Amino acid sequence: MANDNYYDPKDLRKFGNITEWSEELGTKFFDYYGKVFEEGALTAREKSLIALAVSHVVKCPYCIDAYTKDGLQKGITKEEMMEAVHVGAAIESGATLVHGVQMMNKYNKLSM
Amino acid sequence: MSLSSLKKQNNKFADGKVQLEYLSNGIFANGELPTFGRKIMETGQFPLRPKKLEVLQINLGYMCNQVCEHCHVDAGPDRKEIMTKETMLQCLEVIKNTQATTLDFTGGAPEMNPNFRWFVDEASKAGIKDFIVRSNLTIIRSNKKYYDLPDFFKSHNVHVVSSMPHWTRGKTDKQRGSGVFDQSIKALQELNAVGYGMPDSDLKLDLVYNPSGAFLPGDQENMERDFKKALLEDFEIQFHNLFSITNLPVSRFLDYLIASDNYEDYMYSLVEAYNPLAVENVMCTNTISVSWEGWLYDCDFNQMLGLKVASKVKHISDYNEELLNNRNIIISQHCYGCTAGAGSSCQGVVA
Repeated sequence: MANDNYYDPKDLRKFGNITEWSEELGTKFFDYYGKVFEEGALTAREKSLIALAVSHVVKCPYCIDAYTKDGLQKGITKEEMMEAVHVGAAIESGATLVHGVQMMNKYNKLSM
Repeated sequence: MSLSSLKKQNNKFADGKVQLEYLSNGIFANGELPTFGRKIMETGQFPLRPKKLEVLQINLGYMCNQVCEHCHVDAGPDRKEIMTKETMLQCLEVIKNTQATTLDFTGGAPEMNPNFRWFVDEASKAGIKDFIVRSNLTIIRSNKKYYDLPDFFKSHNVHVVSSMPHWTRGKTDKQRGSGVFDQSIKALQELNAVGYGMPDSDLKLDLVYNPSGAFLPGDQENMERDFKKALLEDFEIQFHNLFSITNLPVSRFLDYLIASDNYEDYMYSLVEAYNPLAVENVMCTNTISVSWEGWLYDCDFNQMLGLKVASKVKHISDYNEELLNNRNIIISQHCYGCTAGAGSSCQGVVA
C-alpha cells in the first residue's frame, strides 16, 4: 500500500470505488457522467475533444490519460488532439490576459 | 519496426506455451482480474460450446509480404510454413461433405500460396459458393504475377476482406510498414475498378480496422462513417462495411504490450469491456480453423497458441464433423479480446 506519489496512474482504475463511501452520490455522478458523453446534439467524438481540452485546463493527469486513449479509440488524430489542447490553452491564457483590462482600468483610475 | 518475425529473432514469445503461461500469471494468477473461464462462469456460459458450423477458416501459410507490428500470426517473408497440395486435397474431401457453407482463407498472405488459385477453383467445383479471402491489399501490387488478383477474385465472386488500419498514411505505415498505405490505396482503387465495393455491387469489399496501439477500437458505425468519408474524398475509394476488430494479446501484439509496459492496462480495458452478450456469437462457435499442416483449432488465435481442438479428431485427415461439434472450446485470457464491447471477431462486431 506504500505510495509516495500524489498521483498513481493505477488509481484511475479505482475511480469507481468512490461509490463505496457514498453510494447514492457516487452512482448519481457516474450515471450523469455516462449520459453526458453519449451521442447527442454533439457527437461523442466532439465531446471527447472537448473533454481532452478541459482535462488540460484543469490539469488532471487521470483525465489526460483517459481522454488521450479515448481519442485514439475514436480515431481522432494527434493533430486534432493537439489543436484541442491549444483551444484550452488559448482560453486559459486569454482569461489571464483579459484581466489586463482590469489592470489598465485600475491604473488609469489611480493615475492623474 | 522490425523486419523479421519473432520466430526468426528467437524471441521467446514465438512460443505459444510461453504466451499462455504469461496470460495465466500475474494479474490473473493473483486474482486481481478474473480469468476468462471464471468470467463466463458468472453467466453460465462455461464451458463454451460450438453452435452450427458455418465457416471453415483455412490458413494457407504464414508467409506474408508484410511484417505488421500487431500480427498475431507472426507472419512475414521469413516464414516458410505453407499448406501443401496434399493437405489441400484432404481439405477438399472435407469440403464435399461439410455443412459449412463458407470457406475463409487466411494466412500470412493466402494469395502467396502457389496453389491458392487451384484450391479456390477446386473448392468451387466441390460446391462452395461463399469464399472469403483475408487480403492485405499490398500483395496485389507486390509482384506482376498478382496484378490480376482482382479479376480472379471477381471470377469466383470472392468476398474480399482487407486490412486498413487508418485512412491516414502515417498511422498505416507505422503499423504495417513503410509504403503500405500508398500500395493499399492503389489496390483498393483497382478492386473498385473491377466493381468491388461499389454501392449495390454483389462483389463484396469490406475493410478491417484494428487499433494501432494499446487501445480498443471505437464504435464501428462511427469509424465506418469516418473511413468512408475520408477514403472517398481523398482517393475516390468506395467499400461496403468496416469491421472494427480488437487486437488480441497474442504473439507480436502481446510482445508489444509487454515491451511498452501497456500489458496490465490493456488487460484491464479488455476485462472492463467484457460483454456477456458478445460471448454468444464469438467466431469459435461457428468456425473451425485449419492450419497449414491440416491441424484443427477453435480459431486462428488458438492455432497460433498451439491449442488444438479438444476432440478425438485433431487433424483434417480424420475429420468427423459430428464428433468435432461435440467439443468444448479451449479458452484462455486472450479470449477477452473477442468479448470486449460489442464483441469482435474476424466477421467484425457481432452485436
